[in-house]
Amino acid sequence: MKLTSYKVPLALLLAVTFTLLFSLMASAQGPTPTDDDVNRVAKQLYCPVCESTPLDVCPTEACRQWRDLIRTMLAEGKSEEEIKQYFVTQYGARVLAEPPNRMVSYLVPAAVILLGALLLARGFQMWMKPRVTETTVADEQREAEPVDPYIARLEDELKKQK
Amino acid sequence: MTETSNPAPRRGVPLWAQITIWVFLVGLLTIVAMGLRRAQQGTVQPGQKIENFTLPLYSGYQIDDKSEIHLQDLRGKVVVINFWASWCKPCEQEAAEMQQAWEQYEPTGDVVFLGVDYVDTEPQARVYLKKFGITYSNGPDLGTSISQYFRIKGVPETYFVDKEGVLQYVQVGPFTSLDQIRAQIDPLLK
Repeated sequence: MKLTSYKVPLALLLAVTFTLLFSLMASAQGPTPTDDDVNRVAKQLYCPVCESTPLDVCPTEACRQWRDLIRTMLAEGKSEEEIKQYFVTQYGARVLAEPPNRMVSYLVPAAVILLGALLLARGFQMWMKPRVTETTVADEQREAEPVDPYIARLEDELKKQK
Repeated sequence: MTETSNPAPRRGVPLWAQITIWVFLVGLLTIVAMGLRRAQQGTVQPGQKIENFTLPLYSGYQIDDKSEIHLQDLRGKVVVINFWASWCKPCEQEAAEMQQAWEQYEPTGDVVFLGVDYVDTEPQARVYLKKFGITYSNGPDLGTSISQYFRIKGVPETYFVDKEGVLQYVQVGPFTSLDQIRAQIDPLLK
């Protein structure tokens, strides 16, 4: 079959158009993430089913599914932080290798205990402190009185004998 | 002339500081002990009133077109709470029986089945649900909050809650027959 003169350029034009469209669609989806890309995110996560095993090296089916999900999300153009946040929302903060800063949740109970301890100690201290009673006042008055010269001499002699 | 000097009295840690330190240590140890005790506890026990929880539902697996379900809204009905996951092979052993049981009890309106999808991905969960033809309500355990409340040790696990919201039976591991499931539900309907 003989091609007419206008059919050749038309075929070429169509071919170029389709090629361009296809490449544009492919670039819109983003490049396919490599295993390294997936593992870079996965090693920051832990699956609750396999405790103490980072997601990038975890051999279970659950972890494989998670890695597939990470790959899909990376291909969709999601950032590392967005992916991690998704996993936290879905499975809780314990999936993170580095948990969020939870100083407040640790400091508040510690501060409460410390305050309680201080109050208790203060109360105990006041309880242990001897009261100023009439007896002690009387004792002080007795000590202030002049000592009998005979007793004073006796005490001096006893001191010398020691 | 001899000069005697009294040694300076030894100044130890003040009493208030000692008490503070000890109380602080005892407080910390108590918190650690409580954590360990909780970690060693098994699942919630029969006889315990189950607190309200909210289960978001996968589209296509909703009740009355609600996107989430609250346990407290199901008071007056027997509730069967089944923890499962698509990656869980033992879950597959009971999947068909669970669906059969649901089909038997659904027309009565007295029993509700809730599938709680534990640590799973939605695409795989949907494949699983479709594979076993499951039609009862199902949704993800967001933040693993429900499984943490029930203190599940793995999947599958199934909890039977009576009409008053009290847990009556816990099945750890898969059911092997439909009769096993019915044997737990029927007494709760009387």
